[in-house]
Amino acid sequence: MQKDAYPLLEIRNVRKSFPRPDGGALLVLDDIDLTLRDGEVVGLLGRSGSGKSTLLRLIAGLSRPAGGSVNYLGQVVHGPPPGIAMVFQGFALFPWLTVLENVEIGLEALKLPRDEIRRRSLAAIDLIGLDGFESAYPRELSGGMRQRVGFARALVVHPNILLMDEPFSALDVLTAETLRTDFLDLWSEGQLPIKGVILVTHNIEEAVLMCDRVLVFSTNPGQIVTDIKVDLPHPRDRLDPSFRDLVERIYSEMTARPATERAAPRAERFPGVGIGTIMPQVSTNSLSGLLEAIAGAPYDGKAGLPVIAAALHMTVDDLFPIAETLQMLRFAEIEGGDIVLTSEGNAFASAAVDDRKRLFSQHLLMHIDLAAHIRRVLDERPSHRAPRSRFSDEIEDYMSPEAADQTLRAVTDWGRYAEAFAYDDQTGMFSLENP
Amino acid sequence: MTQQIAPISVGGVLRAPLYWDVVAIILVLGVLAFFANASRDLMLPLAELGRHPLSLDPANLPGFAMRTTLRMLAAMALSLLFTFTYATWAAKSRRAEVILIPLLDILQSVPILGFISVTVVYFMSLAPGLVLGAEFAAVFAIFTSQAWNMAFSFYQSLRTVPDELVEASRNFRFGAWMRFWRLDVPFAMPALVWNMMMSMSGGWFFVVASEAISVGDTTVILPGIGSYIATAIAQRDLAAVGYAIGAMLVVILIYDQLLFRPLVAWADRFRFEHEMGAEPPRSWVLTILRRSRLAAWFFGPLGEAWRWSYRFSSPGQKSKTVASGEIDTGGWRQWIWLATVVLLALLAFYEVALFVMQGVSLAEVSKAAMSGLATMARVFILIAIASAIWVPIGVWIGLRPNLARVAQPVAQFLAAFPANLLFPIAVSGIVVLRLDLNIWLSPLMILGTQWYILFNVIAGASAVPSELRYISSNLHIRGWLWWRRIGLPAVFPFYVTGAITASGGSWNASIVAEAASWGQDKLQAYGLGAYIAEATAAGDFHRIVLGIAVMSAFVIVINRTFWRPLYYYAERKFRLS
Repeated sequence: MQKDAYPLLEIRNVRKSFPRPDGGALLVLDDIDLTLRDGEVVGLLGRSGSGKSTLLRLIAGLSRPAGGSVNYLGQVVHGPPPGIAMVFQGFALFPWLTVLENVEIGLEALKLPRDEIRRRSLAAIDLIGLDGFESAYPRELSGGMRQRVGFARALVVHPNILLMDEPFSALDVLTAETLRTDFLDLWSEGQLPIKGVILVTHNIEEAVLMCDRVLVFSTNPGQIVTDIKVDLPHPRDRLDPSFRDLVERIYSEMTARPATERAAPRAERFPGVGIGTIMPQVSTNSLSGLLEAIAGAPYDGKAGLPVIAAALHMTVDDLFPIAETLQMLRFAEIEGGDIVLTSEGNAFASAAVDDRKRLFSQHLLMHIDLAAHIRRVLDERPSHRAPRSRFSDEIEDYMSPEAADQTLRAVTDWGRYAEAFAYDDQTGMFSLENP
Repeated sequence: MTQQIAPISVGGVLRAPLYWDVVAIILVLGVLAFFANASRDLMLPLAELGRHPLSLDPANLPGFAMRTTLRMLAAMALSLLFTFTYATWAAKSRRAEVILIPLLDILQSVPILGFISVTVVYFMSLAPGLVLGAEFAAVFAIFTSQAWNMAFSFYQSLRTVPDELVEASRNFRFGAWMRFWRLDVPFAMPALVWNMMMSMSGGWFFVVASEAISVGDTTVILPGIGSYIATAIAQRDLAAVGYAIGAMLVVILIYDQLLFRPLVAWADRFRFEHEMGAEPPRSWVLTILRRSRLAAWFFGPLGEAWRWSYRFSSPGQKSKTVASGEIDTGGWRQWIWLATVVLLALLAFYEVALFVMQGVSLAEVSKAAMSGLATMARVFILIAIASAIWVPIGVWIGLRPNLARVAQPVAQFLAAFPANLLFPIAVSGIVVLRLDLNIWLSPLMILGTQWYILFNVIAGASAVPSELRYISSNLHIRGWLWWRRIGLPAVFPFYVTGAITASGGSWNASIVAEAASWGQDKLQAYGLGAYIAEATAAGDFHRIVLGIAVMSAFVIVINRTFWRPLYYYAERKFRLS
């Protein structure tokens, strides 16, 4: 009875940062509050880098918060607690163990008697639909079957909380849908030995389909921007207008400029993208491809993000970086879940190769400060050459070395396409020579 | 290793009929008899060995071969023990890692043959008057030729265990002991087995060399193929040399079939890549063991007991997560650790300097260094010659898959064959023809190690994607242009790997190659290997240590300034990924 006084999980003011080589700290999660109650499925929705997987690892006791508290049944989480099991994106099966051994291993660690281990494992395998595969090795199974093993292994320990880290994102569309519905059926029939679920995902439809509540995360640092209740009855229909409305609403939430960026000094945002902005690695082919798709019929320069994503078979994580880069380059604007081409964006879409390069070069040097900066330095130096480290050192003041590397790679790629500058990877030198 | 047991079948896997059991019984009994036979003489007094000089009767060879093989096995067991402890310690403790890994790197470069003479005296003092002491010394010598790269491979595997698997094992609350056997060891297994094979290849060379050791007045002759051949050399018996070579071929073949094929086939299940790859390796021995009911009956309870032992390790303190900040910079403790290491290093340096300076003049040091230059020139020239011969041949073979399938194991087999068994043939020829020693003793250094170049190049050429081959014929790229733009760049990273191994091996081999004998004729070339060999024969420990130190220095400097940069360059620029 005492236990019921506490929620399954309670997270208060949690912060998490990772150390940077220069001694500073990179904040990835800030001010997170979350309560998981009995019988709830809560979705953590956000883009890659929003810290949602980090939060899941804090809950699992795999790492510890820099501030705030994580309480499981009223107890502070210090290490991996019994009663919280996890399903992984890459399945995390032991390739040298059979299906049965993979399922048994969690119980072996619990030091249960041999025959109980066998009985419970077979029951879990039965429940999750893996009958007949007991003696197969993971490498013999398809992705969907492997993830079923992942589920069976997590359920067999009879956890109170099931953590799911993008469990369907490594699967093809059909398989993912089958697994989702199978899971939802078992869950709503009360056949699963679990009390609550936390699902990390970047797939908006998946979140709306499966969760009772969806928490939308912002990036840099990860914060919860909204808490959206989903009270559609199960089984949910993706084509139901109220389902579509919710998806649209979440899309708008996710494309809204996050609070921190809005608060940045004006000079940082205009006229270009500041030198300290982390840039996604998006190829110029993807940029042209998206521009062309939006410019063409039936969109004619304006498309809803969920619509275009579905049409191009892209997930949020694929689409957003491209759309945002177009926005940074002023080829497009994103407003309330729609992406709208600017006149230059339309011009680019209809131009020939050389004109495209010229237009792209103009926009790159005008709107992306780092590109303009590299070009300026090269122009000013008598040799017209500069080492890469000169720029990576500079931007590492604003971001982690990995992010700096990614940003510089992206800008190098764009600069090469625009023929704004050249780069030799062997010597690590930027230059103005174009062979 | 519980994984060896076929999983207890749920679906009722059909066990094969009785005849598999019969074969399995014979195998198991054979192994038992082998061990009993070979270890019988261990406790004999050492003098007993000297009383009957080794007989060159070929009938004795099977027995000798058994003894030699047993030494190999003992050293391998020792190497595994070392690997599991040393590498694990280095991988789990950042503090230990700082010193353990560079240490391993240096140890890898120390010429082992020079070592034997130093250690044999020490080990014989441990078991005075018994054969056991000399056996220890031989096993230790083989161990030093095997352990380092195994430990390195294990350490590297431990560092690259996929995060998700680590998280899963923590999430399911594995204890440390359970995690080691359920996650770490299985994950490291394929690389470890491969390195065990490489170690074994090198090991045969040293087992042969370490069976007949004479340091100054102490001469130890342990019964085995190595001492058999040493006796044959002393008695100028070419026929006996031939018998020994034949026996060795058979031993390596049996070893390969009974131990390594099964091991490789078994380790295949630990490969982490999930994809249905090429044809998995097979082994008839493993198949017999897997199908045998008796083997299951025998190994089953062992595996059960092993699994039962996981119960005694609890997640306990270790599983508690490190607080934010992640890296334990630990202030003063870090400093104390650092200070201890530095102090120990200084002490060791003082010891070495004192030891060498007591008996060695500065002139002696420069003499050793000069002869080192001669050996260095030899090694480089030989590697160049071997490359010029084997790279084109290797590429040619590698591009023909059917031929490569046959040639690859042959080259590996040749690399495993101890080249020092062939020395007497060459040396007797040199004596008869009165050839220049400085030139004609040199090829012996690379006799056994050149095969590493060949089989690495074959592997590289086989790995060239067929698309790349098609496009070159599509564009009509032929002749020298083909070699320059496609053939050579494609195999370059593989070639460098092979050349590094060959170069290291040649330095080691110089100790036995630069100074050889045939009956009463003593042949000596000018070089560091000969310098060490001569010091060993004279029992001059100061000069032995000096020689080893100079050779280690040469090897380390050449590795750091030449091979390693070349390796990274090749990896970055030419690796087809």
